Amino acid sequence: MDSQYIDHAMVLAGILFCLGLVGVMVRRNLLFMMISIEVMLNAAGLAFIAAGSAWGQPEGQIMFLAVITLGAAEVAVGLGLTLLLFRHHNSVNVDQLNQLRG
Amino acid sequence: MQQLWLIPCLPLVGFLLLVLGHGRCSRSVARLVGVGSVAMAGLVTLWVALDFYSAGAAQSYQVQLWPWFNAGTLEVSFGLYLDGLSLSMLFVITGVGSLIHWYASGYMWQDPDYQRFFAYMNLFVAAMLTLVLADNLVLLFLGWEGVGLCSFLLIGFWHQDPANGYAARKAFVVTRVGDTAFAIGLFLLFRELGTLDLPTIMALAPEQFVMGANRPTLIAALLLAGAVGKSAQLPLHTWLPDAMAGPTPVSALIHAATMVTAGVYLIARTHEVFLQAPDVLLVVAFIGLFTLLISGFTALNQTDIKRVLAYSTMSQIGYMFFALGVGAWNESVFHLMTHALFKALLFMTAGSIILAMHHEQDIRSMGGLRRQLPVPFWCFVIGSACLVALPPTSGFFSKEAILIASWQLPGYGPWLWLGGVLGAFITAMYSFRLLFMVFFGPQKAHPHEPKGWQFHPPLMILGALSLVAGWFVLPTATVLPASPAGHPPTWTIVVAIAMPLLGIGIAYKVYVRHQWQGLRFVQWQKLRQFLFQGWGFDGMYKRLLLTPFTTLAQVNRNDMIDGLPKLLIQLSRFLHGLFSQLQNGQLRFYIATLASAAIIVLALALKVL
Repeated sequence: MDSQYIDHAMVLAGILFCLGLVGVMVRRNLLFMMISIEVMLNAAGLAFIAAGSAWGQPEGQIMFLAVITLGAAEVAVGLGLTLLLFRHHNSVNVDQLNQLRG
Repeated sequence: MQQLWLIPCLPLVGFLLLVLGHGRCSRSVARLVGVGSVAMAGLVTLWVALDFYSAGAAQSYQVQLWPWFNAGTLEVSFGLYLDGLSLSMLFVITGVGSLIHWYASGYMWQDPDYQRFFAYMNLFVAAMLTLVLADNLVLLFLGWEGVGLCSFLLIGFWHQDPANGYAARKAFVVTRVGDTAFAIGLFLLFRELGTLDLPTIMALAPEQFVMGANRPTLIAALLLAGAVGKSAQLPLHTWLPDAMAGPTPVSALIHAATMVTAGVYLIARTHEVFLQAPDVLLVVAFIGLFTLLISGFTALNQTDIKRVLAYSTMSQIGYMFFALGVGAWNESVFHLMTHALFKALLFMTAGSIILAMHHEQDIRSMGGLRRQLPVPFWCFVIGSACLVALPPTSGFFSKEAILIASWQLPGYGPWLWLGGVLGAFITAMYSFRLLFMVFFGPQKAHPHEPKGWQFHPPLMILGALSLVAGWFVLPTATVLPASPAGHPPTWTIVVAIAMPLLGIGIAYKVYVRHQWQGLRFVQWQKLRQFLFQGWGFDGMYKRLLLTPFTTLAQVNRNDMIDGLPKLLIQLSRFLHGLFSQLQNGQLRFYIATLASAAIIVLALALKVL
């Protein structure tokens, strides 16, 4: 891949990251928030791939593998928690789950 | 004289017995212990006196019982010191004290707190004896505070009435003002002389001090302030009239015969210090003079029999201070002794009258009592005659000697003498006004005279003693400096004798013959009120001290000094509120905060790079 594409790839990764971040911030549904987090993780992964390709190094791909593993673990734990929360509160609205306020 | 320690110990043991047996011992046992312990102390005093006289004159006896405390170079012990001055005081305290206890055992018989009364009285006598026998000023101060405490307890003895409690607190607080000065005086004395042992101070004071210098003047002034508070002299005298709230035997013992004369004793005891401060001695004389005049005028306008006697006590102690100030040391202690006798007599007689009148103390509702109460009447006549110094009663000898000595004083002498003679005139007026209003005139009430072996014998013994005490010779001449020699002109003596007679004559005209009614009461209502309230001293103190203090307390209700720490508390509480707002449990808010913080950090990092 030419180094000139790295700019485009980085911009795309940035846009994806921001979309994910905005999604986490504005969504109330816990499931959609997790999807948005997944988008952010993949944006970061895209950035690693692009960077690794631009410098011709393998570390970018290694990091992406780590990110995917992390994301899988996160989804496994997060979905389990969400399921329990839904059973407990009969809701996945994150604004109602505020019992830990100071 | 080995048995000297028994004298203060006997009443103390009596006190302990009465306190420990409270609620268990009967009235007759309490009477036996209460009166017996003081009477025993009186007998031991006689025994000690016999030893003292047989050992020859001009000696003193000092015994260390046990050490009290040591601090640095200060070594204080429980030690007793007996010389002519303390022996004279012992006679007064145990002698007059036993008679008053005897009388009180009848006077208080109906009181539900009979045992408590005698416990306090015995503790008082023990403290007073400690005061006069102490060989160092710290032990003297212990006795000094002890008598103050007992005075407080006994003024408020009938504490069910809040007014009595107020009077007790007032006495305690006002005397405490003087006591604080006294304590500071002791500290200074220790700093200057390095000891508080009385014989050592007496020996060192003339050597170490320069006459009239600042140090002895300051120390003497501070000691004087203590004496003024205890002896109810101007300007710390306001507590004594209110102290009459206590039972009458208490007034006789504490507020006439013994405790209030402690100030005179203190000045006489530390006379070497005062001799090094001639200015202070002059102040002593003038304090005495003003007190005797002011309280004399006030007594002339009182309507409560005990308050008349209270003001009269202040006035007579004023004579003692007057005598100390003009250098008539022996005469002052002599007047202390005669005054203790006749004023105790007057108070106890007044107690009999009050009992007979069913606790009525207003002399305007008395009158014509001399037929119903012959014994109190004659005792009162004797007491009044002594008080106004009619020859040949004891009061004549003591007061005449004081007036003669005052004339001799160079400088202000004749002026002081004039004031003293005027005081004698007023004394005669108010004493016989009291006598005539109570015992003469139309009968207004039906008294029931208290009779029995507790009422008449003590009065009669005291009456007889008051008459003959003028011939007693107190062994103080070896301790105290002699008064200035010489004889004043004969006319001064004639005037001094004539003035009381003139006063009695005027009192007779006004209060028996009912002539010259213009003199009966001061006509101008406001002035009369002013005199009745004791020259407005209470009002002045209220306006000068009480009101500003309570106003300040009111203003500073929330304690300004506390404001600073409280500000700190409020600041941390405010910050706590602010930060706990952040902890709102809103996950999306946390994320937004996290994101914005990350952006800010990134932005800053980029800018730095």
